[in-house]
Amino acid sequence: MGLKEVLTRIVVGFATVLKTVTRRPVTIQYPEQQKPMSARFRGRHHLKRYEDGLERCIGCALCAAACPADAIYVEAGENTDEERYSPGERYAKTYEINMLRCIFCGYCEDACPTNAIVLEPIEFPTGYTRESMIYTKEMLLESPPINVPATPQRTPPGKYDRAILPFPPIDESQ
Amino acid sequence: MTIAEPPIRVEDAPHNAVRVEDVQLDITLEQLKKLVSPRALTGETMLLNMGPQHPSTHGVLRLLLELDGETIVSCIPDIGYLHTGIEKTAEGKTYLKAIPLTDRTDYLAPMSNNLAFCGAVEKLVGIDVPIRAQYLRVILMELTRMNSHLVWLGTHALDIGAMSMFLYCMREREMILDIYEAVSGARMMSSYIRPGGLWRDVPAHFPQLVQRVLDVFPRRILEYEKLLKENPLWKERTVGIGKISAQDAIAWGMTGPCLRGSGVNYDVRKAQPYSSYDHFEFSVPVGSNGDVYDRYKCRMEEFNQSLKIIKQAMDRLPPGPVMTDDRKVAPPPKHEIAYSMESLIHHFKLWTEGFRAPEGEVYFAVESGKGEYGVLLSGDGSPKPRRVHFRAPSFHNLQPLGEISKGALLADIVAIIGSIDIVLGDVDR
Repeated sequence: MGLKEVLTRIVVGFATVLKTVTRRPVTIQYPEQQKPMSARFRGRHHLKRYEDGLERCIGCALCAAACPADAIYVEAGENTDEERYSPGERYAKTYEINMLRCIFCGYCEDACPTNAIVLEPIEFPTGYTRESMIYTKEMLLESPPINVPATPQRTPPGKYDRAILPFPPIDESQ
Repeated sequence: MTIAEPPIRVEDAPHNAVRVEDVQLDITLEQLKKLVSPRALTGETMLLNMGPQHPSTHGVLRLLLELDGETIVSCIPDIGYLHTGIEKTAEGKTYLKAIPLTDRTDYLAPMSNNLAFCGAVEKLVGIDVPIRAQYLRVILMELTRMNSHLVWLGTHALDIGAMSMFLYCMREREMILDIYEAVSGARMMSSYIRPGGLWRDVPAHFPQLVQRVLDVFPRRILEYEKLLKENPLWKERTVGIGKISAQDAIAWGMTGPCLRGSGVNYDVRKAQPYSSYDHFEFSVPVGSNGDVYDRYKCRMEEFNQSLKIIKQAMDRLPPGPVMTDDRKVAPPPKHEIAYSMESLIHHFKLWTEGFRAPEGEVYFAVESGKGEYGVLLSGDGSPKPRRVHFRAPSFHNLQPLGEISKGALLADIVAIIGSIDIVLGDVDR
């Protein structure tokens, strides 16, 4: 390689560098800035409620059965009209997810017959101890809508005899 | 390994631990000595441990190198540091629940693994996949190949000293990870492909995301080639290094770009077309010298071929369902379970017990970014597989490393490992 070629290559090299100087960076200042996550993102679990404040979860433990990592523990309790947590006969007395075992595959969300458990693109589970990573029902359950009583509620007899209420199909365009 | 007599007394080993001195190895020291040359025993050559914590072994690979100065006399790859027992774990899961495990074998190409496993399940059970799902699988498969190749190019170039390539590749990879996130909800562990089709249809903005890749990539590939292809430093480090002949590559069971770099035209997409790959026009780049540079050239051309396939598949993407309507395999649309007792039964049955696969053994292979990724699936009539075996391309491509690095310089082994493109999650499983 002659001297001329070496010099050309050096010039080309510096020109390449100079060209990128004007380019805008692709990096962002995480965590101050954050990239928007897709609507399907499988993040932290939330237990949802109906508009009247009742819990969607009916304690069927299908999420626990579907979980490939065995991260979910559900214990069901009996609903009564004096102390009603969810429509139908049963509710989740205990609902625990071990966030250290969870692999965020979203199978629990797919399996849930009432759309009670939803993995949402917010808030990543972190903690300092193993105990703090076992999320209990209180931590997972979302708060009731404004001006709506929390559970348990006193409900008229015969109003909530169905556990699975109709819901719209999943919007696959999102 | 056998445990010597007499058995350990409980009071001697309070935690029922097997004591080191009670364990006899089947391998003798004499056998181990034969792995290195006699000169190593006299101290003429040096034995050097490279890894398992070495940045350029691409994971936890340990190499026992025997060096004569800077020349490698022998190289013994030691694997197993990332063994997680995925194959065994899969035996205890239903077919559906085993899919997240396959994500974690070759974690740089999760969709290829999903497809190989789901393809095997579909072959065993006899499920027809809708044509739209097949086309979408092809698109995702090619994106996965590009994803895998981008990480290969970035790390390979980084090892050899081209730092900016790594940053460029990671920048482009982001576009593909965004597509993963949009379709499956996860950036790496997608679990998107399910037996019978796909988890859900792709979102409405999927064509725009893919179009962005199609628009940006040809320009970027030219940029990479401008930086590397004729770069004298790059050629110095890659041309004629790590040569393997076509016969040897076949004999060692190499597949993918490593095999094609040696001049063997073998591609599972052409040899045994799956997921309607025969509907698309593309060519298989083949090298001739079988060195690091030819493997590099093959992979770079595969970028262009992948783009070509994606473009064809996007243009001809048919409408329709993405999941089979066989309710014995695929769960029904979830909103049906509120009013259809049959759907409710199928839903509960599939998510608890799963579907049963007949007795039999099938092998299904896909061409992943690294080579032939095959799944040997043995069903026993129950909802869980009797045996799952992954024919991991990285494992087979790693095998001739000791052979091809003989006589190379110490610095060359870094280039060779980069060029065979291994992922240790795939090697050890």
